[in-house]
Amino acid sequence: MNSSSLLSYVTYIYGLAGFLYIFAWVFKSPASGKIATWVALAGLAGNTAGIVLRWIESYRMGIGHAPLSNLYESLVFFAGVITLIYLIVERRYGNRVIGAFTMPLAFLALAYASLPIVSGGVQSLVPALPGVHDRIEPLIPALKSNWLIAHVITCFIGYGAFAIAFGVSAMYLIKQFGAGSRSGLLTRLPDVSALDELNHQLIMFGFLFLTAGIITGAVWANSAWGRYWGWDPKETWSLITWFIYATLLHARMMRGWRGSRIAFLSIGGFVAVLFTYFGVNLLPGLHSYQ
Amino acid sequence: MASKNSSSGLTDTIWKFFASIQLTIVLLLSLAATSIVGTLIPQNAQPGEYLKAFGDFFFRFFQALNIFDMYHSWWFQLLLLMLVLNIVVCSIDRITANRKTLLVRHPKFKPARFKNAKTHKDISIGHPPEKIKQACQHLWRRKFTHTQMTETEDGFRLFGEKGRWTRFGVYVVHLSVVVLLLGGMIGSIFGFEGFVNLAPGDSADRIRLRNSNQSLPLGFTVRCDDFNVSFYESGAPKEFRSSLAIIEDGKTVVEKDIIVNDPLRYRGISFYQASYGQLPPKGAELSFTSKASGMSYQREAVIGETITLPENLGGFTLKAFNNSATFRGQNIGEAFIGVLSADGKQDQEVILPLRFPSFDKMRGGDVQIAVTDPLLNYYTGLEVSRDPGVWVVYSGFILMILGCFITFFMSHQQFCLEVVRGTAESQVRVIGLANKNRLAIPKKIDRMAADLMRLTPEEK
Repeated sequence: MNSSSLLSYVTYIYGLAGFLYIFAWVFKSPASGKIATWVALAGLAGNTAGIVLRWIESYRMGIGHAPLSNLYESLVFFAGVITLIYLIVERRYGNRVIGAFTMPLAFLALAYASLPIVSGGVQSLVPALPGVHDRIEPLIPALKSNWLIAHVITCFIGYGAFAIAFGVSAMYLIKQFGAGSRSGLLTRLPDVSALDELNHQLIMFGFLFLTAGIITGAVWANSAWGRYWGWDPKETWSLITWFIYATLLHARMMRGWRGSRIAFLSIGGFVAVLFTYFGVNLLPGLHSYQ
Repeated sequence: MASKNSSSGLTDTIWKFFASIQLTIVLLLSLAATSIVGTLIPQNAQPGEYLKAFGDFFFRFFQALNIFDMYHSWWFQLLLLMLVLNIVVCSIDRITANRKTLLVRHPKFKPARFKNAKTHKDISIGHPPEKIKQACQHLWRRKFTHTQMTETEDGFRLFGEKGRWTRFGVYVVHLSVVVLLLGGMIGSIFGFEGFVNLAPGDSADRIRLRNSNQSLPLGFTVRCDDFNVSFYESGAPKEFRSSLAIIEDGKTVVEKDIIVNDPLRYRGISFYQASYGQLPPKGAELSFTSKASGMSYQREAVIGETITLPENLGGFTLKAFNNSATFRGQNIGEAFIGVLSADGKQDQEVILPLRFPSFDKMRGGDVQIAVTDPLLNYYTGLEVSRDPGVWVVYSGFILMILGCFITFFMSHQQFCLEVVRGTAESQVRVIGLANKNRLAIPKKIDRMAADLMRLTPEEK
């Protein structure tokens, strides 16, 4: 089995984990929640194995490089990071409802990467999204750098944390605006102040890694292109994302903003993350994926 | 007097304006929103392209607002300057307001601060207070940077704190932003960005600046000894490699092969492998096939020079190289043009397109000519820049990472141990406080309580 087919199986495993988390939440079934955790863990193991296998395959092809060099490989890594951070959150907070909101994101990332039907489908819904292919390709000169690994890993850990913060913010808003409704669905969501705190923790973590990602990118750009900052659309959008989360952190820590306003800012920040990731391909610049 | 009052009133107003966190939020969101514009409208393109895309009215309007180079426009720089003022004033304001918490050499502990703390744990230890006092003090001294012991009526109170310095983390982040922008400013004032194109064998002692298109002397000479470009089977580029030499006072001082991601640096000036291009070739390897004998002859032809062909086939002169030659009105791409002159015949023009090697067969002459190797000539495109601010920027990067880590994940923690005599033992309460990440405190209290339980009393 090659890495691409392994990773497309992992897509279904993530899909199953997401389904089980949602099932556990909707039908109040702790047993399926527990199974969901094991399924998610199995998915993460498969995801990791897929990345390692792809790495080995690239060496067998004589063009060895870390599998972090194109849109497909970044989506695979992104899905893994989302799952890993979610599982850590689940372990620390002992709440599985969050999985119903975050595992589907890992599923979507991997489905976009590896399911032709879904990526075709996603693209027909959102034609702007760039196409994905799973060929292992040799590195072009600009990508041959030790900074590639540091840059991609830091950026995607940041993106992963922001993705989960997005899920948590969505939960916050659902709980907040459904307050008063006695639906069990809402009462089983964690309490709003816990969600608010978790959102904040994730954003601080993501912000540190986004900062590190922008910095490693700048140092790399300086060795490849002779400037650490050039207002290229991808650079600019990463900075826009940074500004939004910086606003959020100041508003919360210094102005005492809590709750919905922070949740909306967090969602806005994640939209900027998505645009930095996918939307920039529509714009001219050096960073667009092949 | 009145004027002094009003001027100090004005300074006060300005100070308050820049010390406000609302201003920070407005500035950060304005920077985010305006930055979008420059990603939607390509920056620094040719005016003609803008005119075509936006029409006369919007072209003038955008140009008046510097939209086509917006990140260097006065209003964007003003936003950045206001952000710097905001950061500096806010930081000074908060450091002075909190100087009693921030700048203390020997912190004094107030028991009242711990009275209402919710994070505490009660345990009992099977020894009276006087027997465990010293051991507790040892433990506290090991765990904290500052400790203080107070005797009470029926026991003692022990304070400890650490991480007061982490309250400075946020100012480290603020400083880093100022350092970054300062580094950027140093670069734009004292540095330059330029380029130079060199064919193998060529050298240059001047380069062309990117923004003004002026030429700038380097103070030394850079020579390109060789340039190679290689491709993968897919056609994607594999490597661009330029062999460069730096020549100063007639002597070669440095020699280095540069590739993308591995520039040559000399005297603060860096040479990056940025691009490459094709120069018109100086000649080609040609094959001449005689119709009469069927023999093929290989000859290297140089443009402008005549080759005498064997078998009395005459002479051939390579005249020129054309990037897009035409034949009967059809574009046939890159081609060499030559002239064949044989005794007793009229000179004949020969077209040798690179794309169609057997093109000359069509002519039906006594000799068929084909290009076996178009000695293609590439030049290397070097980005040449000097940025004395880069180390300032990199220091800013390090400060920012450290500052963010300290601000987000470290805290100023204070712990109080209250020990009172019980019936045959000590009643102990551990109380913990932190300025941030309070969720982590209960676990720390648990760990401390466990350490206390393991204490062995000193024998007296």
